[in-house]
Amino acid sequence: MEIVGQLQKQFVDFSTSLYGEGFLDEQYLQLQKLQDESNPDFVCEVVSLFFDDSEKLLNNLATALQQQVVDFKQVDAHVHQFKGSSSSIGAQRVKNMCVAFRNFCEEKNLDGCLRCLQQLNHEYFLVKNKLETLFRLERQIVEAGGTVPVIVA
Amino acid sequence: MEYCNCFESPWPADELLMKYQYVSDFFIALAYFSIPLEIIYFVKKSAVFPYRWVLVQFGAFIVLCGATHLINLWTFTMHTRTVAVVMTTAKVLTAVVSCATALLLVHIIPDLLSVKTRELFLKNKAAELDREMGLIRTQEETGRHVRMLTHEIRSTLDRHTILKTTLLELGRTLGLEECALWMPTRTGLELNLSYTLRHQNPVGLTVPIQLPVINQVFNTSRAVKISPISPVARLRPAGQYMPGEVVAVRVPLLHLSNFQIHDWPELSTKRYALMVLMLPSDSARQWHVHELELVEVVADQIAKVQWYASLLGAQNLSSLLDLGFILVAVALSHAAILEESMRARDLLMEQNVALDLARREAEMAVRARNDFLAVMNHEMGTPIHATIALSSLLQETELSPEQRLMVETILKSSNLLATLINDVLDLSRLEDGSLQLEIETFNLHSLFREVLNLIKPIAAVKKLYVMLNLSPDLIEHAVGDEKRLMQVLLNVVGNAIKFTKEGGISVSASVAKPDSLRDPRAPDFFPTHSDNHFYLRVEVKDTGSGINQLEIPKVFMKFVQSQPLAAKNSGGRGLGLAICKRFVNLMEGHIWIESEGLGRGSTVIFIVKLGIPAHLNESKLPVLHKGPGNQVKFIFSGLKVVVMDDNSVGRTVTKGLLVHLGCDVLAVSSGDECVRAVSYEHKAVFLDVSMAAVDSFEVAVRIREKFAKRSGRPFIVALTGNTDRMIKENCRKVGMDGVILKPVSVDKMRSVLSDLLEHGYLVESQ
Repeated sequence: MEIVGQLQKQFVDFSTSLYGEGFLDEQYLQLQKLQDESNPDFVCEVVSLFFDDSEKLLNNLATALQQQVVDFKQVDAHVHQFKGSSSSIGAQRVKNMCVAFRNFCEEKNLDGCLRCLQQLNHEYFLVKNKLETLFRLERQIVEAGGTVPVIVA
Repeated sequence: MEYCNCFESPWPADELLMKYQYVSDFFIALAYFSIPLEIIYFVKKSAVFPYRWVLVQFGAFIVLCGATHLINLWTFTMHTRTVAVVMTTAKVLTAVVSCATALLLVHIIPDLLSVKTRELFLKNKAAELDREMGLIRTQEETGRHVRMLTHEIRSTLDRHTILKTTLLELGRTLGLEECALWMPTRTGLELNLSYTLRHQNPVGLTVPIQLPVINQVFNTSRAVKISPISPVARLRPAGQYMPGEVVAVRVPLLHLSNFQIHDWPELSTKRYALMVLMLPSDSARQWHVHELELVEVVADQIAKVQWYASLLGAQNLSSLLDLGFILVAVALSHAAILEESMRARDLLMEQNVALDLARREAEMAVRARNDFLAVMNHEMGTPIHATIALSSLLQETELSPEQRLMVETILKSSNLLATLINDVLDLSRLEDGSLQLEIETFNLHSLFREVLNLIKPIAAVKKLYVMLNLSPDLIEHAVGDEKRLMQVLLNVVGNAIKFTKEGGISVSASVAKPDSLRDPRAPDFFPTHSDNHFYLRVEVKDTGSGINQLEIPKVFMKFVQSQPLAAKNSGGRGLGLAICKRFVNLMEGHIWIESEGLGRGSTVIFIVKLGIPAHLNESKLPVLHKGPGNQVKFIFSGLKVVVMDDNSVGRTVTKGLLVHLGCDVLAVSSGDECVRAVSYEHKAVFLDVSMAAVDSFEVAVRIREKFAKRSGRPFIVALTGNTDRMIKENCRKVGMDGVILKPVSVDKMRSVLSDLLEHGYLVESQ
């Protein structure tokens, strides 16, 4: 059972760091609450959905910004969607990046937008990585026979 | 002639047999000769016999047989050769003929037999025809009877029957008490009461025809209202009733001799009957125009019916025809009534429209007034509050006694003014019903303590005691409008203190028992019980000046002071208790005063309805933060809701949230899908308002339209990540029931659902 204890500590530390560094916020905690016996994979499902959705959006954004004549309204719409989904998940830094992105869209600042897109990409893949690590840790704990600790604020 | 002697006597004894044979042969011959004679004789007699040839043959056969037998007679004795030859010839002939006959009969007999069958067939046929004849005859008999009967019936549908039927129909259509017909006598000088509807009068009454009232009626073709006491209308036993209105109309009578065919006759020989119609007595009914018209039409029709009858031959009027006329008359009247009712309905619709407009205008006026009052309140409040604040500060500084007095007066006046302003606003909102209680959970016990703490200083100055008694079964927390309840309590307690010069006041609060809820003074106060409400009973007793019994009803009326107060601590305004009463009523309660009279103190008792909060079980999950007070428990399991969000992640999260709370969630991603899918089974629809592609406001309007006609539509709640005030305004404008800010926590969603289910609206969602 030592392994379990170790894994659990690792998990707790990692989660705390995520919250501390602002990768995740309270919304993610809320998601955890929604997972129960009748819905055991809720968080995983939502997060996968988020990943698919985000990658599609990022592609769309890249395409839109590469047009000859950039349709900023369209770009804004995509970013709006991204902001919505990231805030639903609790991906705080991604959401904040979206907010900044939208400002550039309003100003029709193409350079600003491109830079934002780059950063958005970066943030997204960061949080994706972190979440995948988190899930891996959870799986390991469960496989080792332990229970995943519940983080409370 | 010489006989041969060799012969013995022709009759020897052993030749007895011969003797018999001889005789037989003789008779046979005789028969054989007589049969053909008979046949010939009878055949000759009958005209029809087709087989003459056969007869001849048969005759020949018989004759020859006879001859043979006859000749046989000569062969008994010695006979010559001639006789033998003759005998032989005869026999031969006979043989030939009989054979021929036999052969012939083979052909004849079947024919004869068939004749027989045909005869039988014909006999049957004849019998059948006989039977049919019999039937036809009986039918004809019956037909004759029917014709006779019809003839009789028709012959009785004369004028009298027409008139009688008319009276009946009229009586029924118009709901008349009595309907009578006066016919002119033969002399023409009198009117005879011939028919009445109810048969309550002796038929046979007569009145002279020259009465002024009768002349009046006969001179016009219209129906005329006559006095119930005129002789023709005195049809009922007088005295007991307030007679109903009476109308009389003339009915032209036409004799056969009066007209030409095809010509509507001039009413030259004016013979009229008088029809008198009485409305039921003791009813407020009056003769309406359309009823009079009906009477006139019917009277006219009677005349026409008689004329038609004459055209067709007086006796032949069928019952259908005259019924048809009466029906036409009735139909005419009904058409008139229908037109009348349609006009009335149109008028009503117009009135409705006008009323609706007036109502909307009134509502607008009320809203305008409220807005105005709110603004004025705010505007006036600011300087007043400034004055109060500064005066209070001033009080704290070094002041001379006169200055202190002045500042105190300023403070008191300002406070009074501030309260008055608030009261006016409250009262106006209370009066037009636009005030809504702000329901929330609060601490009941601490409310009482706070109120008492507020008045303790004043009471101390007046050297009055203040007692608080909270019943042990009174729960600590309750659900209701804390602020208004405090206002009521403060007002009541303040009044008690104000009107008490010595002694003190005691406040006791308890849970009202069901039987004590029925106040004899308020017989229409019917408190109902339910599991999550209770009635709070508060009694404020003072040892003050009391109230005259007669004044008690006036106490709660606004602007009325119960007694002239000249004392300086009587800052009492008349609005206070009136407002209290309104608030108490809003809380579905009742307030009243009891006093034993002047100088005996008084007790104010009020009962209000409060809700009972219940604890929510949250054992499974770590609670992020404790909610304010206790939360109301609701069962959401199976609650059907719809979630619309075009963002798949957001949609999944919101759905998961609601599923976690036990709801049955339908998640859609488009406005059309949402409007299509929403049904009565769904209790709430959550619309994400931050969608770019879908106009959620339009969706909300469409959903409202879908359920416009019936009640019980689902609640529409907007989810938005935008904190902009405009969103909230817009949501309210399209008629949404609430707005929630995203991201939504489990607790938030839970409280939202509870609010919706309990109150039907979201209590300040944020």
